[in-house]
Parts: sequence; C-alpha cells; structure tokens
Amino acid sequence: MAVASAQQGPHEPHGPDLREPAGWRRTKDRVATWLMYLAFVLVIIPLGFVLFTVIAKGARAISWQFLTASIPPNVLPLGTGGMGPAVVGTLEITALAAVMAVPLGVLGAIYINEYGGTGWLARFVRFMADVMTGVPSIIMGLFIFSLWVLHFGYSGLAGAFALGCLMLPIVIRSSEEMLKLVPDSLREGSYAVGATKSRMVVTVVLPAAIGGIVSGSLLAIARAAGETAPLLFTILVTATVNANVFSGANTALSAQIFVNANQPYDGAQGRAWGAALTLIAIAFILMIAARVVTARFTRYSR
Amino acid sequence: MEQSEQEVVTSLPKPAALEDTHREAAPTGAPVFHTEGISIYYGSFRAVTDVSLTVYENEITAFIGPSGCGKTTVLRTLNRMNDLVASARVEGDVHYRGASLYHKDVSATAVRRRIGMVFQKPNPFPKSIYDNIAYGPRINGTRNRAKLDEIVERSLRQAALWDEVKNRLKSSALGLSGGQAQRLCIARTLAVEPDVVLMDEPCSALDPIATGAIEDLMKDIKSQYTIVIVTHNMQQATRVSDRTAFYSVLINPDSDTRTGVLVEYDRTEKIFGDPRDDRTKAYVTGRMG
Repeated sequence: MAVASAQQGPHEPHGPDLREPAGWRRTKDRVATWLMYLAFVLVIIPLGFVLFTVIAKGARAISWQFLTASIPPNVLPLGTGGMGPAVVGTLEITALAAVMAVPLGVLGAIYINEYGGTGWLARFVRFMADVMTGVPSIIMGLFIFSLWVLHFGYSGLAGAFALGCLMLPIVIRSSEEMLKLVPDSLREGSYAVGATKSRMVVTVVLPAAIGGIVSGSLLAIARAAGETAPLLFTILVTATVNANVFSGANTALSAQIFVNANQPYDGAQGRAWGAALTLIAIAFILMIAARVVTARFTRYSR
Repeated sequence: MEQSEQEVVTSLPKPAALEDTHREAAPTGAPVFHTEGISIYYGSFRAVTDVSLTVYENEITAFIGPSGCGKTTVLRTLNRMNDLVASARVEGDVHYRGASLYHKDVSATAVRRRIGMVFQKPNPFPKSIYDNIAYGPRINGTRNRAKLDEIVERSLRQAALWDEVKNRLKSSALGLSGGQAQRLCIARTLAVEPDVVLMDEPCSALDPIATGAIEDLMKDIKSQYTIVIVTHNMQQATRVSDRTAFYSVLINPDSDTRTGVLVEYDRTEKIFGDPRDDRTKAYVTGRMG
C-alpha cells in the first residue's frame, strides 16, 4: 500500500515524466478494464438472483421434519410431511454413481497420461471422453433405460449407472489435466532411485495430483447430483423411501423438484422450492468438503 | 569458497587413453563404466558419436563442453535415464563393472538402483523432508521405522544438510531454498546407497556459497561413491574432478545437424594444463565456447 500511494503522490516537477501518455493506448487500457468489470457484474447478477429466489422461497420449507419425513400427497399444505425419501435417494444414488465412476475415471486418466502417451488407444479414449461429455443427459437416461431398465426394471442402481456415465468423462478429463501438471522432473527423481513405473505413479504422481483430482471428482459428483432427466427414465420417481438402492423404484431431490413444481397446489410448489434449496445446500457442502480435502492433501505443496 | 589442492598423484595402473601422459597417474580404482565408440540417437538424429571413455571408482569425472555437445545425453545413457525418451537409442554398448547395461535382460530399474542421479533443477517431491529421503529406501523395501530414521539422518549428514533441517523433518521439502533443495536431492540419491552418483549440472541454479557447499560434499563422499558430473563451469571441473572429458560439436554442413563428439579425455590437470587437442585448448583457455 505504501508503494502504491508513493506512486500516486504529487508529480515531481523534476526528472522525466513517467506517466502513461494520454492517447489510444491509455484509452484501450481503461476500456478493457471497465469491460472486465462489466462482464463480472453480468455474470454475478443471474447467480445472485437464482440464489436469492431459491433461498427466499425455499427457506420457509426447511426444517428437520422436511429433511426426514415422507413425501405427502400433493394437495396437502407445506408443513405436512417432507422430502426425506428424496434426500435419501439423492445421497445413495449419487454415492453409488461416484463409487463406480470416480475410480474408473481416475484409472482411465492415469492410463491416458502415464501409459498410453500418444498411442492410438489413449487418443481414442480421450476422444471418446470428449464425445461423452457432449452427450445430453437425457440421452444417457434413455441409453440406460434401453440397456438395463427394460431387462431388470427401475432401480436406484439404474439411476446410478446413468449418473455415473455423466460423471465418467468429467472425471477422466479433469484428472488427466491434473496429472499433466505434475512436472516430469518429479517422475525422473523417482526413477533415479530405482522406482518402477507403477511405483512411481502411485508414490509420486498421484500424491502430487490428488488435490486436483479430488476437487475435479467432487465437481463431477455435484453436477450429477443435480441431474433430473436421466433419473426420470431410470428410477421411476416414487414418494416413499426405498432403502434398497439395487431394486425397485426410487426417488431423488432433482426428480421431486420436477414433479412437485408441476403441481397446481401451493404445498407441492413450496416443497419443490425446499427441495431445490436442499439440493443447492448439498452441492455447497460438497464444494466445501472439496476445499478441505484438497487443502489436507496438498499440505506439502508449500 | 576455498579451492582445495588437487589429489596428489602417485602411481599407476594407466588406462590406455593416458599412455602419452607425462604425469604420474593417481592410484586408480577399478573401472566402473567403459564405453567403446558409442553413438546415441534420437530417432534418426545422431546426437553424440564416438564416445570412448572409462570412468574409475572413487573418482570424480567431469564432462565439460559447449551447449548442445551431448554431455547430458551421455550422462543419461549411463543409468538408462534416456530410456524415458521413446525415440532415444544407443549404438554400441556401455559396460558397467563388466556387465552390459544395454543387454536385453537388463532392467533399467535395477540399473538405476545402483546408479543414482541428481538433476540440474532441484526436484524435491511435494512431501515432507523426511519422506523425501525415505522415499528411495521405502520403494526398495525398507519398512522398519528405526532403520529409516537412521538412513535419513545418515544421508542428510552426508549431504551436509542435517543441522539445517533436523528440527523440521516433518515440514514440506518445498519450503527449502534452492541450495538446500539440491542438497536434499543429493541426500535422497545417497539414501539408497548407490554405487555411482551421476550429477547433471547440479550447481547451475545455485549461488556460489551453495555451490561451494555442494562441491565440498562431493569431495567428502567420493571415498564411498563414484561421481560423474556434467558442468558448464570450468572452474568447478578443476576444483572437484580427477578426470575431465571435453566434448565438442561437429556441424554437418550438408544436413545442418549438430553432433556431439568426445574430443579429449584425460586427467583434469592435463586437460586444463596441457591439452593435446587444439579445440580443447581453445575451450579451456576461453577462446571459444
């Protein structure tokens, strides 16, 4: 601060004039700076509105009962019942999807970055991951519907498959980017004391990249937790708790928002807002967890 | 930084390359590396050619020469670090204590366990100081905590770093200064008790005081290890090394490619005092390079 104020002090009459001369260059600099501020504000406004609206309309629904009680008939007013089954469903389906997609995705990224190199298989996997990222989530739901649900019926597991398919490419690509950031000098340092390649990857590369891999994976999980379309085809939204995630219809917050918001009843609409706030809170908690975990894993990176 | 006396030279046996040396040779250890006219390629590009030299036990051998002359390439061939470059290929063989390094049954991992390497830029792992040193012993199977403690202390003492870090072994190695980090990397290499330590311009990123510390440490440990060092600093070569190999660049005007070549290899005093080749003379007297 002292330096900045010294620079902005009164201009000395002696010595060369070191100020930026007025002209096109200074104008460009000012315009660009203000454009960036403007862009920042434009981005913040919708985010602020969304958060404000959801909190304003959802907060009155939130209570311990809302988070645990079963879903009442739509006609009943807010204050009866809650979204318990949907909270349970979202947590178990998302967790199951993460258990399937994250290890697979991280292993895929390790293959692409450490083993495959520029070989055809690595390039193919990377390309397919990019294609998969672009597939609309509803298509992923249809895919699981025709492949799994038609044969084995609706279940939380089917929903987890669909969400896992959505997470997988994000995990692969974000993990790959993190592995790329690990400098080769660390790999060489490991080889230089006689490490094998697999040993080197497990003991040096993964620990060095783990912070980024964890936050990338949690972002993918948070994204998937909010998906609705693929669940409509795979879990057949119900109103009761289904503790067995492997068979029978299930439910989730995102799907309940969709169903309840379509109702003409105030109570149902209030519950939809409450579910929306709960979902945002879950995503927020995941992000905080990502920060904490990242900080813990990277405590040695200075 | 004081300049220590060169080792006093007393008796034979002489390697073939030294036949016309007037100087008396130092008591020479067993040959550690021996190459006979090797060339190293990256794809079809010949990076270095015609390298014949013998590195002796418990000596410090320096590789000097202008940039692009292949010093580092030759060094990385000595512990198969060049295997990591997919297109790299060695023509001819490198003998290590009588064994062939590039035989198809030889495992590069087993080679590197015996022949450690310190790199130009310090590359501490993002782990604690302790875990950096214990890394090599651990991956080679040492699990016993007391044994590891002992190895960590011994290695850090050898690298003249113990007193500076003994109270913060659990803190991050990335918090060390450049000179400390490089000594940490040397300690990490020494922790697996290698036979040979290869050093690729270990002091190029360091200030003179840190450089002096590392040179002293090299002289301290050479009774137990054989050291090969690549350096751009000719004073460093005269200060620490017993033998010096001077490399130069051959420019092929037809293909506009540059190939490194070993010009002269001899005892350090000879290279700097009375070189046989005019190119060596020009380089060491600073008229070219």
